[in-house]
Amino acid sequence: MIKDITIGQFFPGKSPVHRMDPRVKIVLTMVFIIMLFVADKIWGLLIGIAFTVFAYAISRIPGKMILKCLKPIVPIIIFTAVLNLFFIRTGKKLFEAGFILITDDGVNTAVFMVVRIICLIVGTSLLTYTTSPIDLTDAIERLLSPLKLIKVPVHELAMMMTIALRFIPTLIEETDKIMSAQKARGADMETGSIVKRARALVPVLIPLFVSSFRRAEELALAMECRCYHGGEGRTRMKQLKVSCVDFVAVAVTVVFFAGIIVINHLV
Amino acid sequence: MSDFIQAKNLKFSYINEIEEPPVRTEVLKDINLEIHKGEFVAVLGHNGSGKSTLAKCFNAINIPESGTVTVNGLDTKDEDNLLEIRKTAGMVFQNPDNQIVATIVEEDVAFALENMGVEPNEIRKRVDEALKTVGMYEYREHAPHKLSGGQKQRVAIAGVIAMQPECILLDEPTAMLDPKGRAEVMKTIKQLNREHGVTIVLITHYMEEAAQADRIVVIDSGDIVMDNVPKKVFSQVSTLKNLGLDVPQVTQLAYGLKKAGYDISTEIITEDECVEALERILADA
Repeated sequence: MIKDITIGQFFPGKSPVHRMDPRVKIVLTMVFIIMLFVADKIWGLLIGIAFTVFAYAISRIPGKMILKCLKPIVPIIIFTAVLNLFFIRTGKKLFEAGFILITDDGVNTAVFMVVRIICLIVGTSLLTYTTSPIDLTDAIERLLSPLKLIKVPVHELAMMMTIALRFIPTLIEETDKIMSAQKARGADMETGSIVKRARALVPVLIPLFVSSFRRAEELALAMECRCYHGGEGRTRMKQLKVSCVDFVAVAVTVVFFAGIIVINHLV
Repeated sequence: MSDFIQAKNLKFSYINEIEEPPVRTEVLKDINLEIHKGEFVAVLGHNGSGKSTLAKCFNAINIPESGTVTVNGLDTKDEDNLLEIRKTAGMVFQNPDNQIVATIVEEDVAFALENMGVEPNEIRKRVDEALKTVGMYEYREHAPHKLSGGQKQRVAIAGVIAMQPECILLDEPTAMLDPKGRAEVMKTIKQLNREHGVTIVLITHYMEEAAQADRIVVIDSGDIVMDNVPKKVFSQVSTLKNLGLDVPQVTQLAYGLKKAGYDISTEIITEDECVEALERILADA
């Protein structure tokens, strides 16, 4: 059971969004974020929403995934809404009771911020839904490669990411085994207060740590045996290629962005 | 025939620097060994006899304390030879989980080639070839953690043969596998040796696996105590037992029969040979 977990939230598919070059996807996601913050009129924001919906529609990601990615940020959304509602005191008075003062400016900003955050999360989640972690790491490594000039260890960071991703299932499996072993010897991990349960995890974590170090040592050796000597002079089997889909995606994004700027000035 | 791997007066010790004063454990004492090109050599020895240490000396993971190890004429002591030696002598370890680097089978097989700076198209070609050789081609896009132990170990072997090494060192590659996985891996190893002419150094605990080699080297507390063809090595049943090692079941049977007074050769190491010999005895009686 525990073995079947998916790493990250990748949702395999063959849609145009899936086929895009991950580098282009990352860049366009950033452009999208900027787009949301440039839009300061209601129509501009609607274009932002339209863009998000459009992207989801062609990626064929099921709608329930949208709700799933929003779930963890509900408190943040509520918090921002409340903050904006009560602390903006300019504009027409709508409601007043004691120290509470709600104005139309406040309502406006609150709605704006909430929509913006929702679009932001939903839109950026699309990147991780449609890109496998390995492609993502790969793309990040290549996008950040100019930083090598100022001695940022880009390749090493990407390699660490890859290895971490690779070992997540292995370590989960191992945790499962150790827990079973401890339970077989009478360890109680499911009852008692949180403190008690946390304490019951110590005999699981220690062997897990010890074995991780052993694994790390062996892996390092195995990597050396396969001529690993850092990122220098390394080639890749899979070359990332910018294709038609990417040009279309860039064009579409540019059109939407332009629309927002035009609306900002006209309305 | 030239000596492909050559160890001369090889000495090696592990030094535990945490202890005060540092503790030195001598693992290999004065090893002299030559391995020829295309040979299939099995290395036997009980736990702690130094057999893994020896294998690690052959691809410059361990550098000899004194004496020399040369691989294809390259001295392992010279840092400049390091990559060339590792390309020539690939190594497969016991636990397949701890030697797979990537999250996709084919990416992992490509790992060594990427490190060597091979052209992308050439990598693709060699990865496909390597996966076909070990019979894992149809699993090329799978995640390694979803494969069985034997399959994972074959992927690890593919990762090594993609480098097209002339020699593969295998450190108990079947120790963590079930009988089926063990058979798969052994079949792959033998095929590499017979069909592709790859030199094999197989470290193992299983006598049945060692019996399939061209030559067996037995190591005990850092010394070579036997070095001969399997038949000759296994015929010395009592010597092997004293070293804490077993012999294949069929050899054991023949040995027992011989002791009981039957006229049977003690150089029996395969089931077929055993059946033949038993038939003869039964026919005589």
